[in-house]
Amino acid sequence: MTKEQNRIMAKPKVATTSLAGCFGCHMSILDIDERILQLIELIEFDKSPINDIKEFTGECLVGIVEGGCANEENVRVLQDFRKHCKILISLGDCAINGGLPAMRNTIPLKECLDEAYLNGPSVYNPSGQIPNDPEIPLLLDKVYPCHEVVKMDYHLPGCPPSADTIWQTLVALLTDAPLELPYELIKYD
Amino acid sequence: MSENLETVVKTVCEGTGNDKNRMMDIVRELQEILGGVSDDAMDLIATQVGTHRVEVESVVSFYAFLSKNQKGKTVIRLCDDIIDRMFGFERIKQTFCDALGIELGETTPDNLITLETTPCIGMCDQAPAIMVNDEIFTELSRDGAVEIVEQLRAGLAPERLRRRLGDGNNSSPLVSAGVSNNLRKRGEVIFAPLECGRALKKAIAMSPNEVIRDVKTARLRGRGGAGFPTGMKWDFTRSANGERKYVVCNADEGEPGTFKDRVVLTERPELLIEGMAIAGYAIGAQEGLIYLRAEYAYLRPFLEDTLQKARNMNMLGVDVLGKPGFNFDIRIQMGAGAYVCGEETALISSCEGLRGDPKNRPPFPAQKGYLGYPTSVNNVETFCCVARILDQGAGWFSQIGSKGSTGTKLLSISGDIRRPGVYEVPFGISMKEVLELAGGEGAAAVQVGGPSGQLIGPDMFDRIICYDDLATGGALMVFGPHRDLLKVVEYFMDFFIEESCGYCTPCRVGNVLLKNRLDEILHGKGEPLDLTYLEELGNSVKATSRCGLGQTSPNPILSSLKNFPGLYHALVKANQPFQPTFDIQKALGEAKEIAGRPSMHFAE
Repeated sequence: MTKEQNRIMAKPKVATTSLAGCFGCHMSILDIDERILQLIELIEFDKSPINDIKEFTGECLVGIVEGGCANEENVRVLQDFRKHCKILISLGDCAINGGLPAMRNTIPLKECLDEAYLNGPSVYNPSGQIPNDPEIPLLLDKVYPCHEVVKMDYHLPGCPPSADTIWQTLVALLTDAPLELPYELIKYD
Repeated sequence: MSENLETVVKTVCEGTGNDKNRMMDIVRELQEILGGVSDDAMDLIATQVGTHRVEVESVVSFYAFLSKNQKGKTVIRLCDDIIDRMFGFERIKQTFCDALGIELGETTPDNLITLETTPCIGMCDQAPAIMVNDEIFTELSRDGAVEIVEQLRAGLAPERLRRRLGDGNNSSPLVSAGVSNNLRKRGEVIFAPLECGRALKKAIAMSPNEVIRDVKTARLRGRGGAGFPTGMKWDFTRSANGERKYVVCNADEGEPGTFKDRVVLTERPELLIEGMAIAGYAIGAQEGLIYLRAEYAYLRPFLEDTLQKARNMNMLGVDVLGKPGFNFDIRIQMGAGAYVCGEETALISSCEGLRGDPKNRPPFPAQKGYLGYPTSVNNVETFCCVARILDQGAGWFSQIGSKGSTGTKLLSISGDIRRPGVYEVPFGISMKEVLELAGGEGAAAVQVGGPSGQLIGPDMFDRIICYDDLATGGALMVFGPHRDLLKVVEYFMDFFIEESCGYCTPCRVGNVLLKNRLDEILHGKGEPLDLTYLEELGNSVKATSRCGLGQTSPNPILSSLKNFPGLYHALVKANQPFQPTFDIQKALGEAKEIAGRPSMHFAE
């Protein structure tokens, strides 16, 4: 192997996923714009919607998780991330607090499904069935923030966190430097 | 609205001169007469004293001994502190519930008896203890409990119930309480023989500044726990601007495990009165208040009588002991069951007829205290020390104890020891010596200074009781090796959650979060990082709370984490597939039932 190849191989890996989120946080990752070229110098993406790798190929340094856990598949993916990633980051308010999907948390699951598939004012469902294919992951009783399911190492708030915040955080983590987030980046009103 | 109610409220309010600052007295008296302060009564009070209805309700709803709903003719309050729990609380509770046919918090259908619990009533040395209205019953057996119910049912008033009278003044007609002093060791300051009036006479022969100088020379520090130099506090109060000044005695010893003031108030009230008069002379006050906790209401007639005797001897009143222009008198202000009122600014709020909310500092009470006037708030024991200093001299006093902590300290010792009670010991004594005195050699842990203090283990029993090492208001709760210390910590956190006044978020919310995480750990759902969480959150609550309650409430957790880490480490489990509090099967239960199929990913 050449020296250059060696360097590439040794690059730390980053995985990302969107659980019960809207992909807005991932859009924000893409908002780092041309800096993604610099990022690629620093890291290699493993499992992530950005490169469409579906399963982990090995151990990762950082796992970035958007969205909370609304169903069993979310839980399985999150567990998988915990297993493969040294550092797990909750990215954005849904991962941290449950966010919009958690608005159903005060309503019993059965009522939610009935409203969505049977009783809602705009529902047209002559068969009166609630989708129940074995492929459809079962919903959890409520939407859980990630840290209630597995241990999360960092929380990066925002809806979504801005590209600059994500950039600063990743650079700090990858270069082992202290993270400095100026006031503008953590001010939300 | 009945005319009768109107008359009663009117009479009670007029008894205080329709003074809204005396709200505590008004609502206390109405509670006693009517069994509760109803909506109608609150409206009437507000109109009568010229305040807003909400001001009245905020007081009634704040204090544990006041209520909007009518309680039974007799209220039985079971003392539910950790020591009582160790010595039969559960047994007594069950006996009362069975005998009365009601649960805690309920009233018998005939409206005769209400059964409640209350935190420490200052009888830890004779647990289990209960209050029947204002009367105290200690070392209660199951038979004793049944007997009380039978007598009440037979129509006996609480003050007529049979009891074995205690020693000393407990058996005097004005007290007639079934309370023992358990005064195990008399020191040379508080419990030495007393000649009434000598100290005050010496004080008024000097100038006020000389009196303060003597207190400073004696290096007297506050005995309530915080240890602020008394002379300095008086100096501030004396030099503050104000057309009136006040002396306030903090006799609200609500820190669980503390009961020394109970014995001082029973056996040395004259010394306290003298100390307060000296304070009045020194700072230029004409009025003094004794804020007496509601749990000690049984001492009130006796204390009023002692005050009257002092007036007869001209130790209180006009031109005290013939000193022209020095007028000083004392009024007793009753509390109504709120731990936070032991905090001096909350105590002042309560004296002013408000909720027991602490006030912002600065201004300190020495600048702006009771009703906005400069006020010195001191502990019962501190006033007693002052009287002795003026009588025997600052030099004599400062020779007792250790260098930074002069004089003696009253310790209230309870728990797993052979001789529970009050000990007057010189500062500088080691914990080991104290335990030997009290018969607690095999102790596994001692809670020093009540829940807000610290929990120490045998490896620290060489530590010294003084302001620079083991600083304490005097409560020592001793736990034997068979006790579950984390249960103790759990109880203390419940106590703080209950007693937080709710004004500031760190204390109102933080203590609940701490307790929740502690519960998870105790139920085997903890992981190692939870301990870091407890420590960080505990320190945040301490650093950001508004008053002494929140600034010390995380101490049970923090000090047990520090001194007994093994207890916690044995309970937490590392490297679990999920957070220990997350139960995937439970989370999927509903969906499985609705879908009628098992989970794809998580087999049971």
